[in-house]
Amino acid sequence: MQSFLEIGLVHYIVLSSLLFTIGICGIFINRKNVITLLLSIELMLLAVNINFVAFSAYLGNLTGQVFTMFVLTVAAAEAAIGLAILVVYFRNRGTIAVEDIHMMRG
Amino acid sequence: MDLTPILFYAFSLTAIIAGVMVISLKNPVHSVLSLIVAFFAAAWLFIMLGAEFISMLLIIVYAGAVAVLFLFVIMMMDINFAALRQGFTRHLPIGVLVATLFFLELFVMLRLSNFAVKAIPLSNAPAPGTAGSNTMELGKILYTDYFLAFQVAGLVLLVAMIGAIVLTLRHKDGVRRQRIYGQVSRSVKDSVMVVKVESGRGI
Repeated sequence: MQSFLEIGLVHYIVLSSLLFTIGICGIFINRKNVITLLLSIELMLLAVNINFVAFSAYLGNLTGQVFTMFVLTVAAAEAAIGLAILVVYFRNRGTIAVEDIHMMRG
Repeated sequence: MDLTPILFYAFSLTAIIAGVMVISLKNPVHSVLSLIVAFFAAAWLFIMLGAEFISMLLIIVYAGAVAVLFLFVIMMMDINFAALRQGFTRHLPIGVLVATLFFLELFVMLRLSNFAVKAIPLSNAPAPGTAGSNTMELGKILYTDYFLAFQVAGLVLLVAMIGAIVLTLRHKDGVRRQRIYGQVSRSVKDSVMVVKVESGRGI
């Protein structure tokens, strides 16, 4: 009971691994919808951020929070580029089904 | 009474339920809105960890910019989402199986690892930036120790911006655009024509 009421590092790690697992599950079950795939990736990045910040508080070191900012930067860039590619693909093909993306196959 | 456990469990439950809704809802607009809820719950957890700046950054950058970008793109494209849902029930068992295995692996690693045994409550841990505010301390090391990484992050954003513009910009036919060089370098010779007109006749 004591370990349930004292919120420690492990609680945050379990939460972050649960969120990461949900993201992986989303990638598996939404095989056709690229938008949901991107949302799952964002969920996984959020889990990573929770891990970084929890360890930063645990160790009393701000480096984890600095790296969280860089992860946020990369996530924003990734979302922008991914959605731009999606828009161009939709203009050319009229659909965003992942299974139709085989034009570059040799 | 210490409210920390209640708040932690409430916000983490919110985050997990919102995460499940992100991957399971039919309408992607609802998925994006659930993602925003998950980000808000995570922002609250960050505040509880003493990381106020990251928390506000998460709300502004994610809920304010990235999620709205997703909403724009979803609403801009006329997609038949029902067709994209096909195979959802077929992929569901294997997805849940792989996810469960992955989580068990993580859990076993957590049990075996060193820090899990002697976990101390985070409220007893030294708070980051005890000398000043969290934002001030973050700025102090961001602009000194991590200055190069900070610049590279700005470069990544610049490349992403240019890439997104280059990918989605399209030139329509029939739109008259300015041609600065051509307009400036016009001379009298190629724009004015002197014609001798004989009397009693048109051109």
